Amino acid sequence: MPILEVKGLKKCFGNVAVLEGIDFSLQKGEALAIIGSSGSGKTTLLRCLNFLELPDGGSISVNDEIIFDASVPATQSEEEIRKKRLHFGLVFQSFNLFPQYTALKNVTLACELLAKDAADFKEDRKEILTDIENRAKLLFEQIGLSDKLYFYPHQLSGGQQQRVAIARALALNPDILCFDEPTSALDPELTGEVLKVIRSLADKKTTMVIVTHEMQFAREVSDNVLFIDAGVVVEAGKPEEVLLNPKEERTKRFLERYSNA
Amino acid sequence: MNFLTVTTKLLEGFWLSCIIFFFTLFGAMPLGLLVSFGSMSKFRPLKIISKGFVWVIRGTPLMLQLMIVYYGPGLMFGLTAFPKMTAVLIAFIINYTAYFSEIYRSGIEGVPRGQYEAGQVLGMTKTQIFFKIILLQVVKRIVPPMSNEIITLVKDTSLARVIALMEIIMVAFTYTTKGVIWPLFYTGVFYLVFCGGLTLLFGFIERKLDYFRV
Repeated sequence: MPILEVKGLKKCFGNVAVLEGIDFSLQKGEALAIIGSSGSGKTTLLRCLNFLELPDGGSISVNDEIIFDASVPATQSEEEIRKKRLHFGLVFQSFNLFPQYTALKNVTLACELLAKDAADFKEDRKEILTDIENRAKLLFEQIGLSDKLYFYPHQLSGGQQQRVAIARALALNPDILCFDEPTSALDPELTGEVLKVIRSLADKKTTMVIVTHEMQFAREVSDNVLFIDAGVVVEAGKPEEVLLNPKEERTKRFLERYSNA
Repeated sequence: MNFLTVTTKLLEGFWLSCIIFFFTLFGAMPLGLLVSFGSMSKFRPLKIISKGFVWVIRGTPLMLQLMIVYYGPGLMFGLTAFPKMTAVLIAFIINYTAYFSEIYRSGIEGVPRGQYEAGQVLGMTKTQIFFKIILLQVVKRIVPPMSNEIITLVKDTSLARVIALMEIIMVAFTYTTKGVIWPLFYTGVFYLVFCGGLTLLFGFIERKLDYFRV
């Protein structure tokens, strides 16, 4: 049973169709790399999964439960979507850390706010908050930034900020962690540290969807690759197949352009 | 006409200037927020009204607005005029609402979309996103332009004399008929001290918010 199943996902912006019926599924513990040129729709696909864009057609199921169906308005109310969102985590290209909070608070904030909704929060307040903080500190160990807990985002390098952003997404224990070109906004010498963290997550069998331009990295870290062009899935399969022996003409042309660049 | 009597007289005038100043702030700061929401609204009629209001008010002199509020009701409709202070406050609050609304708008629109989106994907409600993430960033962005505008307001209070409200400069000016100029210079001291205090206050707030960058 796939943990994520996307069927016929469509999205238009005005008259421009960006996604024209995307189908794919993802098994638990699998890392899926999505590649494609700029404007192919891969970022839009990721934003649809996180409901930053509402798809115009198709459905999204997590653990066999339909969490979004474009033909069923009941799945589209704001409150519903806010809850369903928590199945997914998203790491942005531009980090988007909250500048007024320390690295630690960036990671704990959402958990604290969710905990406040719980019925038993008032009695066990102290305990719950310490628990959240301790879990966050474990995440900082994982990303190798335990010495930067109380730094503000502007005091961190881009690579460090992105690692904190990864910890922030992980803190809510999403079923599926999405990455939107996580290293594209970084200086080349800083991409390594971020890729290392993602690689360690893959080793721990974290379920991930990674939109990336780093072909080498996609090959190493992913279990499957999806090549998207002009809003459709052109080719899907094992990284060795898609990236080394592509069958489709469009995939070949795309990869050629990349190796020449 | 010794120093002490002049000081007392000027203080009386300055008291009126202070009333104009504080009540204008008190009225225009929240109203400006309302108008800025109007200017950013997706509902077109509201947006057009708000933008039109800002255009008219910022595009005409405060002195003209003051005259219209004070003389308008009587000359146009034969009504009794507002008391002077009321007329001044109406004109000032309307005028500063327009300016503040534009400062708020630029502050709110300046917060990157990514900040809202980061809050959304973390499952926060709209209210949580506004109060926990956006608000403080907006405050930090608007402190410098607001301090500018508020310091301008201190000096704009002197415009109240066009409808003969006895604010501090008008008081000092009465002495010139007796051939004495120094009370006019003396009013400058009041303004300088008041604006100096505000400058210190805003500097303090800016330093308080200096621990993060937006």
